[in-house]
Amino acid sequence: MSPSKLDLLQGTLDLMVLKTLSAMGAMHGYGIARRIEQVSGNQVLLNQGTIYASLVRLEQRGWIASSWGVSGNNRKAKFYAITAAGRQQFEEDSLYWRRLTGVMDRVLGLNHEPEDLPGAGGETA
Amino acid sequence: MMRRGLARVSAFFGKSRRDAELEREFAAHLDFAIEENLARGLSPMEARREALVKIGGLQQAREKHREARGLMKLDILLHDLRYTFRTLGRDPGFTIAAVLILALGIGANVAVFSVVNTLLLRPLPFPNAHELVWIAPPPTKCGLSCATYSTDAYDEFRTGSRSYQDVTGYFAFSSPDNLTLTRNGELIPATSIDVIANFFQVLGVHPAMGRLLAPRDGIDGAPPVIVLSDAWWRRQFNADPKIVGKTLDINHQTVTVIGVLPPSFDFGAVFAPGTKVDAITPLTLYGPPRDWGNIITMIGRMKPGVSLPQAQQDAVAVAPRMCWNNKNPQTCGQYKDGVVPVQLKDYVSGRLHRSLILLWCAVGMILLIACVNLSNLLLARAMARTKEYAMRAALGAGRMRIVGQLLTESLVLSFMGAVAGLGLAWMLLYWLAHQGSVALPLLNTLRIDGAALGWTVLVAVAAAVFFGLAPGLRTAAGNLQESLKDSGAGSGLGRRHERLRSVLVIAEVALASVLLVSAGLLLRSFLRVLDVDLGFEPARAAAINALYDDNVPGDKNGDLGAQKRGVIFQQMIARVESIPGVQAAGVSDYLPFGGNRSWGLPLPKGIKAPKGLDGPLVYVISPGYLRAVGTSIRGRDITWDDGPHSQNVVIINQSYARFIAGLAKWPSGDAVGHVLDDGSPGGLLVVGIAGDVHEENTESNTGWQIYYPATQSNPTGAQLVIRTSLPPATLANSVLTALRSLNPKQPASEFRPLTTYVDRANSPRRFFMLMVASFAGLGLLLAAIGIYGVISYTVTRQTQEIGIRMALGATMGRVQRQVLGSTLRLAIIGIALGAVVSLAAAKLISSLLFATSPWDGVTYAAVALALLAVAVVAGYLPARRASRIDPMLALRAN
Repeated sequence: MSPSKLDLLQGTLDLMVLKTLSAMGAMHGYGIARRIEQVSGNQVLLNQGTIYASLVRLEQRGWIASSWGVSGNNRKAKFYAITAAGRQQFEEDSLYWRRLTGVMDRVLGLNHEPEDLPGAGGETA
Repeated sequence: MMRRGLARVSAFFGKSRRDAELEREFAAHLDFAIEENLARGLSPMEARREALVKIGGLQQAREKHREARGLMKLDILLHDLRYTFRTLGRDPGFTIAAVLILALGIGANVAVFSVVNTLLLRPLPFPNAHELVWIAPPPTKCGLSCATYSTDAYDEFRTGSRSYQDVTGYFAFSSPDNLTLTRNGELIPATSIDVIANFFQVLGVHPAMGRLLAPRDGIDGAPPVIVLSDAWWRRQFNADPKIVGKTLDINHQTVTVIGVLPPSFDFGAVFAPGTKVDAITPLTLYGPPRDWGNIITMIGRMKPGVSLPQAQQDAVAVAPRMCWNNKNPQTCGQYKDGVVPVQLKDYVSGRLHRSLILLWCAVGMILLIACVNLSNLLLARAMARTKEYAMRAALGAGRMRIVGQLLTESLVLSFMGAVAGLGLAWMLLYWLAHQGSVALPLLNTLRIDGAALGWTVLVAVAAAVFFGLAPGLRTAAGNLQESLKDSGAGSGLGRRHERLRSVLVIAEVALASVLLVSAGLLLRSFLRVLDVDLGFEPARAAAINALYDDNVPGDKNGDLGAQKRGVIFQQMIARVESIPGVQAAGVSDYLPFGGNRSWGLPLPKGIKAPKGLDGPLVYVISPGYLRAVGTSIRGRDITWDDGPHSQNVVIINQSYARFIAGLAKWPSGDAVGHVLDDGSPGGLLVVGIAGDVHEENTESNTGWQIYYPATQSNPTGAQLVIRTSLPPATLANSVLTALRSLNPKQPASEFRPLTTYVDRANSPRRFFMLMVASFAGLGLLLAAIGIYGVISYTVTRQTQEIGIRMALGATMGRVQRQVLGSTLRLAIIGIALGAVVSLAAAKLISSLLFATSPWDGVTYAAVALALLAVAVVAGYLPARRASRIDPMLALRAN
């Protein structure tokens, strides 16, 4: 795998899975993994197999539910769907994530645009 | 969180099903990927390869899945456990040795903990036991008489004090076998204690059946009632469930059984250790005992919230108002400074405090030695398994994982040892609880309870960490590559291990020597105690409680009774002395090491009693008693002619004689022939001086004693003492037959060798000495095993080196000497270290020693020699083996 791909932070994979399921409805493990790869523009370093640990974790928390079914091309597969509790959790987590990334952006942008942060300007002058 | 936890636990159990489901998901995943890749136009081979690359390491994904869904830690633990049992099973010799060592160490600890817990830590077996106090003066030399109160004094204290919910007491002078139960024509002796009717209310004891005493039972003239002890009810009455309400013929009176005590209450176990009390009877406080003087021991229950100092203050305030006899005003105030409440528990077991702590320390040391020994065994094993661990580390096991595995092994061993140890402790406690003759309180309540189980777990875990951690860290810290290359023997790692093992052996020897010194000092003390001149000779003498009836109708002043008594005693003694083998016989109402009492302080006429002196202990005896019991007399013995109408005579003991001779400044310094004033017209003529007799125990100093003739004073009973040339037990039947021929009502009372009284008094010391000595023996054995293990291992490791040296001309003797030399070096360092620690430890136990210096040279020398001898024996076997090494075989071996 190319070294330029992103290593996933702890917990981010769970959030991506929730987002995928909330946007796409019920999906099987391969579908979820492919979807994440496609949406991220193949930027994410993902061993597809590790998605199953994330799925079992989410299911044990009651945020997704699973059942065996038959796919479009007539193969048996285990399908996962987000639950009501999962949707609520997703809302909370994505809000938290947005706030975190916003703060990270601002903090990391500090050196270049000090005037964006009143009161912090003196230190870099 | 809760939900996830449950899911994980359930996932832990459905492991194979879940693994199978995951595999199906993986298969489906690959199928989807391959299909998509084929659709993208890849060749089937290429499509499959890419799918496998994308899914990543399957094994890693499986592990992550298991970790996320189940209990990984528990999985590891179970795995470690399985592995541990496999490895231990492969090496049964090691396992058995380790479990046995631990079982001894842990078992001893649990047993002693139970003893300490019962006697020291746990409250007495009464509700709110902290409120109970024992009320007595500070210890004096006049025995029980000075620790008791008159009924008037009791009444005054009970009504006058304000700190107590209630105050009770019991009659302190009951002698053993004071009851005769007549059942189906058989006369059965039994022992009862008279208690004040509120006794059980104050203690908070409830009946197992029927009722206990009520105030009406203690009224003079009340119908006689009796409460049976659980043990007597079972033994004598076959646990008759309908016993309550039945009547018994006791002392030829009809007595109603009103209740049975619960098994948890044993009067003897709390108040008179080492004696058996079969029944409780009410003390008629306002009947004849009114004028018997000091007869009641007092026990109070403080009001809730009252502290001991407050209760003591209260007692100080009441004491001056208490009178020995209310009709006799000058006896008021004589209890001043003599009414001091102490916690009942302190009275019962307080003086055992130090001994118990010593015992606890001793078993702690045993456990340390056992742990050190086990550390040693494990280190030897770890050496042999270095490669195994290196291999595991090479295969990716983390250091913590290896230490964890080793700790699991230690814990498994420790818990196996704990289970076996609990068994040992149970046996030991069962044996102890049935030692009726050991005068230690509460022994009958000894058992393994929840606290003891908790202690077992604590000790087992602590031991496992202690003996497992050092070898574990050592092993885990070893250099991986070096170990894999290393052949094991002779390497640097090996030497480091060996140094640690030597240090452990030295520690073991040092600990064992501290234990041995303590045990040795206690043993010397015990031998000194046995050597004490008691003032009488218990060997070859025995006593039986003889019943007699000296009632004479119309006997106004007791003279007729005294005459009748004289005749009965004279006949009794003559009859018993005619039995072959009986050398002497005589009667006394109290025996040395039995009960005692005092009557006052008779002094020469005209001499005022110095303040604060207690009277001599009183014994009412027949002629021949002093000879029978083995006490020397100067002057003359009492004779049958010293009757109610002749001059009152007494024999006094040496200390008392010396005291009054000094007080009266008699020129001859001898009391014989002088008259003492006891308030009677003629006074008491001293006719003889008896040797000082130890009255209660071997270890305290003797006090003053005075002997009155049974034909001039009224004894409280008759203990017939017989001196014989035969083993006393062989005479039991003929003595009983002789007594019955005179008095058909004589019950089959126990014929007790006087040594049993002395043994009972010495039993706590013997008990602690034996315990510490057996622990020391155990320590010595463990140290010997430790020495043997290390030296033996060293010899094995140096086989090659020894072979070379022998090939170069070293003799067998030289090799042996060398091995023995290194053994002795370890032993000597250990002994020296132990001696230093012992000096400090001995100082701490000095209060437990009797006529023995804590720096007793003989003990130290003997211990050092014993340890050296053991070291030589333990080192000799490996040394012999070393000297038999065949150089050719040894050199070829590696």
